[in-house]
Amino acid sequence: MATIIKHITDLGAALLSKLAKIGKALLMLLQAIIVKPKASSLPRLMQQLYVVGVQSLIIMLVSALFIGMVLGLQGYTLLAAYGSEQAVGQMVALTLVRELSPVVAALLFAGRAGSALTAEIGLMKATEQLASLEMFGVDPLHRIVAPRFWAGMISLPLLVAIFSLVGIYGGHLVAVDWLGVYSGSYWGNMQQAVDFNEDVLNGMIKALVFAFLISWIALYQGYSCIPTSQGISAATTRTVVYSSLAILGFDFILTALMFGGAV
Amino acid sequence: MSKRWLELSVGLMIVAGLAALVALALQVSGGNLSRNAENYTITALFQNAAGLGSKARVTMAGVTIGEVSAVGIDPNTLMAKVHMKINSQVDYLSIDSSASILTAGLLGEKYVGLTVGAEDDVLVDGDVIEDTQSALVLEELISQFLLNLGTNK
Repeated sequence: MATIIKHITDLGAALLSKLAKIGKALLMLLQAIIVKPKASSLPRLMQQLYVVGVQSLIIMLVSALFIGMVLGLQGYTLLAAYGSEQAVGQMVALTLVRELSPVVAALLFAGRAGSALTAEIGLMKATEQLASLEMFGVDPLHRIVAPRFWAGMISLPLLVAIFSLVGIYGGHLVAVDWLGVYSGSYWGNMQQAVDFNEDVLNGMIKALVFAFLISWIALYQGYSCIPTSQGISAATTRTVVYSSLAILGFDFILTALMFGGAV
Repeated sequence: MSKRWLELSVGLMIVAGLAALVALALQVSGGNLSRNAENYTITALFQNAAGLGSKARVTMAGVTIGEVSAVGIDPNTLMAKVHMKINSQVDYLSIDSSASILTAGLLGEKYVGLTVGAEDDVLVDGDVIEDTQSALVLEELISQFLLNLGTNK
C-alpha cells in the first residue's frame, strides 16, 4: 500500500515539476516580448532575420524543389493508373500548401535555426555574457531573446510561402515538362481545388504556430541550459527533439481543427 | 559582412516571401480572392440529392455560375432542399428554369446543372426551382437494370 502511495506521489511530483518548467518558460517569453518596441532595436532584429531567415533560405529552396518533384513523380504514377493524371497539379498543391510545406519547413527550421539559437544563447550563458549584460543594467531577455523570437515569427511564414511555391513549380517540372501532363490542366485543376482562405491561409496559420513553438523551445532551452559544454550539447539536442515532436503533434491538432470534422 | 549586404538580403527575403504569398493567391488558388462577390441565393427541391455537398459547382451550359451553399431536408415536402449562391452578374435565369444533378465523368464529383426555360420573368433572391431532376444513384440504376433483365426473359 505504502509503495502505491509513493508511486502516486512521485507521479504528482513529476507532473508538478513539468508544469513548473512550462510556466517558467512562458514567463521568460512574456517578459521578453511584452515590451514597448523601440526603433533602436531594429538593427538587432535585422541581424537575427539574416541569421534565422536568410541563412535558412538555401536549404528550404533545395528541399522544396525535391519534395515537389517527388510529389509530381509519385502522384503521376499513382494517378496514371486510373487515367486521371491531370489531377496531379491539384494533388501536389493541396499536399504542399496544407501539410508538407508548414511541417517540413518547420522541421528544417528547427534543425537549421532552432539548434543554432540554443547553442548561441547557451554559450553566451556559459561565458557569462548574459550575466555581464545584467550587470550593465541591460535586460538580456529584451536584448538577446526578444529579437531572436520575433525573427523566427517573421521568417518562418515567409519561408513556408516560398517553400510551397517552389514545391509546386518542382511538381510542374516533373509532371508537365518531363512526364507530359498538359500544363493547362496542371494549373486549372489546381486553381479549382485550392481555396486561398481555406488552404493557403490555414497553412500560414500553421506556420505561425510552428514558428512560435520552435522559437520558444529553442530560446528557453538555451536560456535555461546548464552552462557547460555537455549542458549546451544536451540543450541543443532537446531543442531539436522537442521542437520536432511539438510540430508533428500540433500539426495533427491543427489539421483536425481546420480540415477535419467539417463533414 | 557589411551592414548594407545584410539589410539587402533580409529585404530580398521578405519581398520574396510576400511575392510567393501573392503568387499562391493568384496562380495556385486561381485568384478567387473575390469570394465575397455579389451573389443571390435560389433553392431547388430534389427527390434525391445523393452525393451533392456544399461548395459543389452550379453550372449553366457547362460554365460555372455559382456554388451550392447548403443541402438540407425540406420538412414540408420531405425532399432535399439545395441552396445555391448564384453570381449576381447572371441575372437572366428564367423562372421556369430546370435544375438537375449531374456527375462529372463516371465517378467524378456531383454538380448542379441549370437549364434556362422560355419565360421572360427571371429568378430573384429566394426563389425556388421546382422543375428538377435527381441525382443518378448507381445502385438504383443497376438494380433497375437487373430487374429489367429478369422480366425480359
